Amino acid sequence: MTRQITYAEAINEALDEILREDESVFLLGEDIGHYGGVFKVTKGLYDKFGGERVIDTPISESGFIGLGIGAAMTGLKPIIEIMWVDFTLVAIDQILNQAAKFSYMSGGQTKVPLVIRTQGGGGRGNGAQHSQSLEGLFAQFPGIKVVCPSTPYDVKGLLKSSVAENGPVIFIEHKMLYNTKGEVPEEDYSIPLGKADIKRKGSDVTIVSLSRMVQFSLDAAKELEKEGIDAEIIDLRSLAPLDTETVIESVKKTNRLVVVHEAHTTFGWGAEIVSQVQQDAFDYLDGPIIRVGAEDVPIPYNLELEKEVLPQVKDIVKAVKEALYIEVK
Amino acid sequence: MFNLEVSDPANLLFSKEESLRILDQLITIRKFEEKSIELYKSGLMGGSLHGYIGQEGVAVGVCSQLNKDDYLTVTYRSRGQAIAKGASMEKLFAEMMGKVDGYCKGKGGPMHITDLEIGFLGANGIVGAGIPIATGAAFTAKKKGTSQVSVTFFGDGATNQGVFHEALNLASIWKLPVVFVCENNLYSEMSPIADMVPNEHLAERALAYHIPAVIVDGNDVEAVSKVTQEAVERARNNGGPTFIEAKTYRQQGHMFGDAETYRTKEEVNEWKKKDPILLFTNKLIELGLVTDEIVEQLSHEIELKVEKAYQFALNSEQPNYDEIFTDVF
Repeated sequence: MTRQITYAEAINEALDEILREDESVFLLGEDIGHYGGVFKVTKGLYDKFGGERVIDTPISESGFIGLGIGAAMTGLKPIIEIMWVDFTLVAIDQILNQAAKFSYMSGGQTKVPLVIRTQGGGGRGNGAQHSQSLEGLFAQFPGIKVVCPSTPYDVKGLLKSSVAENGPVIFIEHKMLYNTKGEVPEEDYSIPLGKADIKRKGSDVTIVSLSRMVQFSLDAAKELEKEGIDAEIIDLRSLAPLDTETVIESVKKTNRLVVVHEAHTTFGWGAEIVSQVQQDAFDYLDGPIIRVGAEDVPIPYNLELEKEVLPQVKDIVKAVKEALYIEVK
Repeated sequence: MFNLEVSDPANLLFSKEESLRILDQLITIRKFEEKSIELYKSGLMGGSLHGYIGQEGVAVGVCSQLNKDDYLTVTYRSRGQAIAKGASMEKLFAEMMGKVDGYCKGKGGPMHITDLEIGFLGANGIVGAGIPIATGAAFTAKKKGTSQVSVTFFGDGATNQGVFHEALNLASIWKLPVVFVCENNLYSEMSPIADMVPNEHLAERALAYHIPAVIVDGNDVEAVSKVTQEAVERARNNGGPTFIEAKTYRQQGHMFGDAETYRTKEEVNEWKKKDPILLFTNKLIELGLVTDEIVEQLSHEIELKVEKAYQFALNSEQPNYDEIFTDVF
């Protein structure tokens, strides 16, 4: 049986089920307990599981991520909520110098099964310190997995797999997706990390994206369809592990590629996809690979300016036409 | 506000047998550290060597009160505490030489010594970073209802790091079984700590978090052991954290080769008169437990053990290139 629930509800359900199934799991974060989280993702879990398992923290990201690491390496499974992905930068030493490196530095002795749930992206006028897309930053560091789900179905299944990991995962939700609805089965399921999902099959061009940009790409595909252009939409779902294979296979079929992300364009992860595709599928390309990303400026507060800075559906449509050498009016 | 805790010069804290074991450990660490200098000079290890000579009383005193399964995080000045907690000198030397029989298969190095079998959760290359991690291990102990204690060693300089303050606050509000051991060796790397904090005693900082705090002569191994005993008891009886400031002295530079322009030879020589091994040995001689000959004999036996461990490490293999890609996640 499937039913329509929101992205936030899907996360809440996953957390509920995980807390019920595994005694070693606990939630840690700012205002996640009685208040239910600023985006209400943990709503009701405090009442159900109590303050011993759904724990409010001081505003102290480095401290409680560090505490989570210590708890994880000694047998517990913390799921930490960082209210905004921007705040991970406050605790970046604990995430990248500590959690991501312990397994390797200890020769495999230490495992840190820690999930950091957070939300990123722009779209609601939160300004420069509350609207960033930092997934590419984390993906540059070996030792931590980076997951960015785009739908209610994916967010639940991927969260289940993330918690089952024996190492650190940064799980970046998107603030503009929390209220979007989608089909989610009532039955238990999980989605393996590192498997891209083809959200729309097509033959003329491949569009690679993740998180909120998947829906934008699907909307762009609808517009392109009116002009007889058939786009294939690949949702990477995670940057680490990265499913390059699915992208390469698609490019071999469509011979055209557009990469779309909400992160800043310059040094954005799109460049990594471009590099791998040109190396592995050079002979299959019939045109330049086009990147669509945010302008290289901090995200402005003004909603109209913000919209101009972040990729929009029209930008994706335009990029696809460029990739197909269609003159853009 | 504070009284410097010292031992009773007329009485032993430990039984004769225990006292000899303490002396053995002190000398073992000293000989190991001296051999480490030889190792460094011979070019057989990479990076820097951060010596522990002069501070042995702190590691031995604290660890004399710990069980095998109690947790420990330490700084990069870490081999002393490791030996005091029961680590193998063979594996320590092998790790310093980057060999496959080292604690971390040669992939961590001296700054990342880990031995989960003795609760040694890891040395750390980042000043202060192990403090919240030890606090997290204490969180596990409390949550699981074990009577384990978590101890974190850090230097005076670390008390200026944000995570130090964050971890103390967390440990205090959640009453966690953690013992914060500040080894105040007077120098924050190459700068006098007196120039870097307004406090006479770093223990004052713990009082701001309502954590019981003591100052102790860190070169008096019995005094360190005694204050640790109280701290450990408090922790095991759900009484929460304790802060111990052990006043000691780094007889060598921050790392081998340090020009030590920030202090005088006279100062170093004055502190050498208060050497922890010298002080404890003299007490044992005065109280008739040992003679110079016995100590000399013991030192010789320890030297042989250290040499044997060193030879083991020398003969250990280099890690295979395949190891580059293992233990990443």
